[in-house]
Amino acid sequence: MVMSVTSVYPQLEKLLPQVGKPIQYVGGELGAVVKDWDEVSVRWALMYPDAYEVGIPNQGVQILYEVLNERVDALAERTYAVWPDLEALMREHKVPQFTVDAHRPVGAFDAFGVSFATEMGYTNLLTALDLADIPLTASERDDDHPIVVAGGHAAFNPEPIAQFIDAAVLGDGEEAVGEITDIIRDWKAEGRPGGRDQLLERLARTESIYVPRFYDVDYLSDGRIQRVVPNRSGVPFRVHKRTTMDLDAWPYPKKPLVPLAESVHERYAVEIFRGCTRGCRFCQAGMITRPVRERSIDTVGEMVQKGIETSGFNEVGLLSLSSADHSEIGDICSGLADRYEGENVSLSLPSTRVDAFNVDLANELSRNGRRSGLTFAPEGGSERIRRVINKMVSEEDLIRTVVTAYGNGWRQVKLYFMCGLPTETDEDIVGIARMAHEVIRAGRAASGKKDIRCTVSIGGFVPKPHTPFQWCGQTDPETVDRRLRLLKEAINAEKSLGRAIGFRFHDGRPSLIEGLLSRGDRRVSAVIKRVWEEGGRFDGWSEHFSYDRWKTAAEEELGALGLSLSWFTTRDRDEHEVLPWDHLDSGLDKEWLWADWQDAIDEVELDDCRWTPCFDCGVCPAMDTEIQVGPTGKKLLPLSVVSQPPGGGTESIPLVNSTEGEHR
Amino acid sequence: MSRRQPPEKQEPPVQRVRIHYAKRGPLRFTSHRDFARALERALRRAHIPMAYSSGFNPHPRVSYLSAAPTGVASEAEYAELALRETVDPEWLVAALDKALPPGLDVCDGVIARVGGFADRLEVSSWRVELEGVSEEELTRAVQAFLAAEAVQVTRLTKKGNREFDARHAVAHAAATSVAGVAGPGYAILDLVVRQMTPAVRPDDVLSGLTLVADLEPPVPPRVTRLAQGPLTETGGIDDPLKADRNAAGPDGGSEVARPSAEHHEISAGG
Repeated sequence: MVMSVTSVYPQLEKLLPQVGKPIQYVGGELGAVVKDWDEVSVRWALMYPDAYEVGIPNQGVQILYEVLNERVDALAERTYAVWPDLEALMREHKVPQFTVDAHRPVGAFDAFGVSFATEMGYTNLLTALDLADIPLTASERDDDHPIVVAGGHAAFNPEPIAQFIDAAVLGDGEEAVGEITDIIRDWKAEGRPGGRDQLLERLARTESIYVPRFYDVDYLSDGRIQRVVPNRSGVPFRVHKRTTMDLDAWPYPKKPLVPLAESVHERYAVEIFRGCTRGCRFCQAGMITRPVRERSIDTVGEMVQKGIETSGFNEVGLLSLSSADHSEIGDICSGLADRYEGENVSLSLPSTRVDAFNVDLANELSRNGRRSGLTFAPEGGSERIRRVINKMVSEEDLIRTVVTAYGNGWRQVKLYFMCGLPTETDEDIVGIARMAHEVIRAGRAASGKKDIRCTVSIGGFVPKPHTPFQWCGQTDPETVDRRLRLLKEAINAEKSLGRAIGFRFHDGRPSLIEGLLSRGDRRVSAVIKRVWEEGGRFDGWSEHFSYDRWKTAAEEELGALGLSLSWFTTRDRDEHEVLPWDHLDSGLDKEWLWADWQDAIDEVELDDCRWTPCFDCGVCPAMDTEIQVGPTGKKLLPLSVVSQPPGGGTESIPLVNSTEGEHR
Repeated sequence: MSRRQPPEKQEPPVQRVRIHYAKRGPLRFTSHRDFARALERALRRAHIPMAYSSGFNPHPRVSYLSAAPTGVASEAEYAELALRETVDPEWLVAALDKALPPGLDVCDGVIARVGGFADRLEVSSWRVELEGVSEEELTRAVQAFLAAEAVQVTRLTKKGNREFDARHAVAHAAATSVAGVAGPGYAILDLVVRQMTPAVRPDDVLSGLTLVADLEPPVPPRVTRLAQGPLTETGGIDDPLKADRNAAGPDGGSEVARPSAEHHEISAGG
């Protein structure tokens, strides 16, 4: 059957005057590519399952989009979640889910890749499938429907959406996306032998692409999983994550997408390294992206130069999980600050640790500019809890760091903490208030000013798969909310200090649902579907999220199986329980994770293996990878003047910089 | 420890260039803020030597004049760029147009030489395409509208509902037949509307047509601004950049005028 691949724009255009921010649906971004449909053999629709303004800056989608479009035999277009106002009109006027590049219907593509940075996008996946006229249940799809592939960090436990996806890719996508493209191309060229089933089997045989339908899950009478086993030969018992080893060989994005619409990150972002071995026990990203692989200072410099030149952005973000840990971060920062002095380009270094050295870096990045706020993440309010989570920051470190910051003219310090951590007591949380008071006292003394500020921001802790905390019971929302009230009272107990402290937090209930979706198994899919049918959309947005809808759906759908919301979330697991993601291999040795969990309970810290001997987490030998760090010893050279307008002279604009921190 | 430096005071601009640009096709859905952000980035990519505002967060100095609403296409938008170096406006137009996405097109540019630019944008002509409306229906509605002394319409603004007269600002309104375009169930409304406060926009006139003649287009109309400029004696619209061009003299004029800052300057972006 030949499907129509004409643009749906003429139908869509009539709807756009009636919806909010219509520009987000028209595409036409700088860097966008529209290729001829008939010139290629494999067509990808890539989705970030959230609003355009959140999805467009996403690095993962931008990288895969560019990598795929560079191939002569493939094309890639992008699609995002449509807001409910447009969704209603699309249903009324029968306009299908479309790509923003050429406005082609998503259902016409060969593959539909969805990048899940968070589990809260699952209901948006269902909206997109439904609008695309793709059956929600994977087993009901035929040869003409796209292969639905999940990626991103949430794909390390795709079991809650196993029913809705055809495949999942664990880990780095740069090379995996090429391999999938080759397999689809060859299968089509051979005349689609064996249909969809054969294609999926070919994907599964790579041992790095998970096809849920080829695995059966058996349960024990108490509800726990008995085993997960392949149900056909040739399919691996465990599926392994992908690791792109040489980041210098993959310098993407080269041509960043520059939207017309406003987005959450208006900047050129370059990943300066991938992976993190700090070993923070709550951090799924740090665990599943090992080992550390640095991008060299030369490649970073070249990417920033070209990225700024082609995009016109005036901000550069140097991204990673802990940016100040790059072996040549000092030279990168001073080199870039030199290069862009007088160019009105600001540089930012998100995700920095509590360390006075990071204040030096921030100073360098803001030489003549505004010094508004610096962000640090001590994560825990007492030495004890910081040992539990392996966040090795002492209170003296923090005070020394903020004193340096305030003394250098920074007016505000933001501090991130978590609530609901394993073994946490009321004292651990109240300790945050004491730290914040100390910060203000020391800051006033160091700056000689009264008007310095400190913001305390609290996130709810959610235990994640493939971390040492994957076994621990999540703290119930009532306890989290009670502790947050205690903390608020404690902050305001000292009025003269409390006045200078801002307090930001969310209630604990969305975290519980995130917990359900993070550590759920295939039985949770019924809950997701039910919530979606009852109108669940954009669950990452507090104004759209409904706890009651999730709670009712969970109690009824899971209750019918003798399970419950709390069984999946607040229950402690024991060492030998089969976890829903045990057949998905992140490289981490389960015994090492358990030992690290025991160390956490015993309040024992673990060093970073970059600077100490290996602790046998298992990743390097299992994945045949190794830590790749510098230094290269190179420096960034000044840029030559690129182009001059007629009669143009030298640039004379002062450097304006800002440095902000971001959490994880 | 050393205190940080106060922000550098920026040099005053040495030249101002007035540009004429268009917002076409799908890019008519860009809001004014979207356009400002896109322009700011394009100025950087094109290496236009912009003058910047002073302060810790300098922005290129761009003044926008009566931008068309989001969703309305335009063949006649205007902005004034303040530059820190003198440039050839033709070079600027070409470089900036190349740097902007197709659909945001720079058509013309002149060195500002004569004040009162905002005042020269005296009227706007708009073309309103109405699907599902017959020409007869539209003609009747327009006649009723023009016959009225005043037509009080209500528009929802950020400050709540605002009521004002939509009739007074309309200098011309007519149902137009365009050969090969119009057909049954399709009508074209051409409007010439004076620039006033509060601004009367095409949708306000359409609200007026609904009020006086129950005209209710079943499909959202497609609106294009065709021209802006001084109203001529014959009822036409003149090129608002003509005065600057004429002031340059026959040789094109090479010396740089010092135009007065005659309208409020908005810094691009946000």
